[in-house]
Amino acid sequence: MKQEFTISLFSESHIGILSRITLILSRRQINIESITASESAVPGVQMLTMVVRTTPEMVQKVARQVEKVVDVLKVFVHTSSEIICQEMALYKVTTRGLMSGSMISDIVRKHNARILEVKSEYMVVEKSGTRAEIKELLALLEPCGVLQFVSSGRVAVTRQVKELNAYLREMEEARGTRQEALEFYN
Amino acid sequence: MRKMTEDNNHKAITGAEALLKSLVEEGVDTIYGYPGGAIMPVYDRLLDYTGSLRHILTRHEQGAAHAAQAYAMVAGKPGVCFATSGPGATNLVTGIANAFLDSVPVVFITAQVASPLIGTDAFQETDILGISMPVTKWNAQVKKAAEIPDTIARAFYIARTGRPGPVLVDISKDAQIETMNFRYRRCTYIRSYNPVNPIVNRDIESAAVMINHSERPLILAGHGVIISGAVAELKSLAEKGGIPVAVTLLGIPAFSHDHRLFAGMLGMHGNYAPNVLTNRADLIIAAGMRFDDRVTGNLKKYAPQARVIHIEIDSSEIDKNVRADLGINGDVKEVLTAIFPHIRERKREEWIREFRILDSTEHEKVIRPETEPENGELKMGEVVKVISEHAGRDAVVVTDVGQHQMAVARYYHFTDSNTLVTSGGMGTMGFGLPAAVGAATGTSDRQVIAFIGDGGIQMTLQELGTIMQYHIPVKIVLLNNSFLGMVRQWQEMFFNSRYASTEMVNPDFVALASAYGIPRRKIKNREELKASAAEMLDSDGPFILVAEVSRTANILPMVEPGASVSEVTLTYNSKS
Repeated sequence: MKQEFTISLFSESHIGILSRITLILSRRQINIESITASESAVPGVQMLTMVVRTTPEMVQKVARQVEKVVDVLKVFVHTSSEIICQEMALYKVTTRGLMSGSMISDIVRKHNARILEVKSEYMVVEKSGTRAEIKELLALLEPCGVLQFVSSGRVAVTRQVKELNAYLREMEEARGTRQEALEFYN
Repeated sequence: MRKMTEDNNHKAITGAEALLKSLVEEGVDTIYGYPGGAIMPVYDRLLDYTGSLRHILTRHEQGAAHAAQAYAMVAGKPGVCFATSGPGATNLVTGIANAFLDSVPVVFITAQVASPLIGTDAFQETDILGISMPVTKWNAQVKKAAEIPDTIARAFYIARTGRPGPVLVDISKDAQIETMNFRYRRCTYIRSYNPVNPIVNRDIESAAVMINHSERPLILAGHGVIISGAVAELKSLAEKGGIPVAVTLLGIPAFSHDHRLFAGMLGMHGNYAPNVLTNRADLIIAAGMRFDDRVTGNLKKYAPQARVIHIEIDSSEIDKNVRADLGINGDVKEVLTAIFPHIRERKREEWIREFRILDSTEHEKVIRPETEPENGELKMGEVVKVISEHAGRDAVVVTDVGQHQMAVARYYHFTDSNTLVTSGGMGTMGFGLPAAVGAATGTSDRQVIAFIGDGGIQMTLQELGTIMQYHIPVKIVLLNNSFLGMVRQWQEMFFNSRYASTEMVNPDFVALASAYGIPRRKIKNREELKASAAEMLDSDGPFILVAEVSRTANILPMVEPGASVSEVTLTYNSKS
């Protein structure tokens, strides 16, 4: 029943927005498996990408509650097939282990990773890819001694054609026709 | 000369004064609050605004919060509440949460320590933004005087539009003292905020088809009907379609209890017919309500025969608890108005007769014994009924939370909209007395009658001081059973009559009223009831009527926890 979803949302870049969003998820006992905040293509608008595991019904309920947050512009929920996504990982590997520097270089090349820095004691490898690819490389490097491993949250773009700018334009246009429901409270 | 005028318009004023001017611009006339260190610059300026801004000093910030909410519900505009930093702000939290769950617009202004001290655990510093985040529609902190007007404008716009709710603006002390050039622009638009979606014609047509094809439709009217001003539209639609109307607790005054299509209240202590017939209905038309668990009972056995049309301004409520066959995200008034021309005139007499049959069963088994007993102890129901018969139709009824609240919901005869102030979603004991203060100061010509239990009144009892100080003309009916009655009832029914911490040794409420200089009367017998009700309602100013009611009566009918609404029980054989 539970499956992985990527929630991408666009919000005004205001203080506290992240707290408001994570509160909604934590109330429903949904763990955020990864989260990435960054600028979007629209100035002043930030993008948050969260990976969660939950049911299709729950992710829709939560997405609507997140979209209700005043500073949130738009929320999209995607399954893995609807997005192109990557994560980035750094591996700090000792050069004094069982493997020689050239063996590591070989693994790095085969896995489309690259070496960022080489010192006498260690080297730092960078890899972008899917979670599985990153894990796979980690397993291969493990025997030579991984001193540190860190990976980013997911970043994703959608396969859909309609972009945020189009939604923003629609919102601006709707402003003309929107009526305030203020019969009672005015 | 011209230059001087301009200078006057743009005269530098303090942030504190900018706040007050902003409130005046928003049409505020009353503020409920409590001063303290960090908010002193604002209170100092307030002395110069007594002509346009009336400040009601409550005896606790929680009281100010509840009063501001009740003011909003009665006056039909956002309530405003002031508190200082630290404990002042945290004391508001229950009131903020209460307004949030019942969708009432209140603008809370809290003071904060000076901006260089924020985050340092300074004296009376608390992270009220963080604390209030889950229970506000929006909140913000202001640390510069120049940002005060726009932030206040935004706060009011967000509080009152769409699904209304509480907002909080936290203003640092240095921002209150700093000077700025005042200019006010009301907020009418926020890019990321869409208060109401326009109607989709296809939805309206679908709704009409579903209604026209239904043999047993039932309207469930909630608070949203009152908020959107759709009481008349609801009545027209129900009459044209011959559709019975059941109400939620907060939707009680949305439909006149005199009307032949009035089906009664839904839910745990609601009426027999609408609960049972929810599961007979073939169509549920839910308008401005959110299928709270107290309304639906066991969701798995809820309305199994019915298709559901859910009309709701907040899209996140649609499909949240009950799946809608047709969710219409929009303003209830607009939607009902749009549906009206498309529905056929129907009588549906047989369906309505089903309600009347169950009504008479409930009347015989519960209502008559509760409201017209001939002997035995005084009952809550009969007190409520007598006062209801003596009060004006437009009187504002305020309640606290518990058994007496259900007695009012069941036995007070509501005919006008906007006549009930109660704590619904949150069920906040202690709401009643301060809410009565707010309701009475939110209306100039309507009588305010507050029904409160002995437990609830003692949670915010200090507000009697507010009533005394401002001579607020609230009629307080204290239904005293010397028990936390609803909890006692549950202990009797579900915890083997083990009465853990529910019996109360109470003070002499009459002497207490006397200490506050409030006219009072205590009754024990039903013979005294009518005369004392008349005495109270005919009096000027505040009055406390202490009614000593049965200590162990239960509120029935009841949809027991976990039961389906159709399994509502009418009788319970008391073990005590």
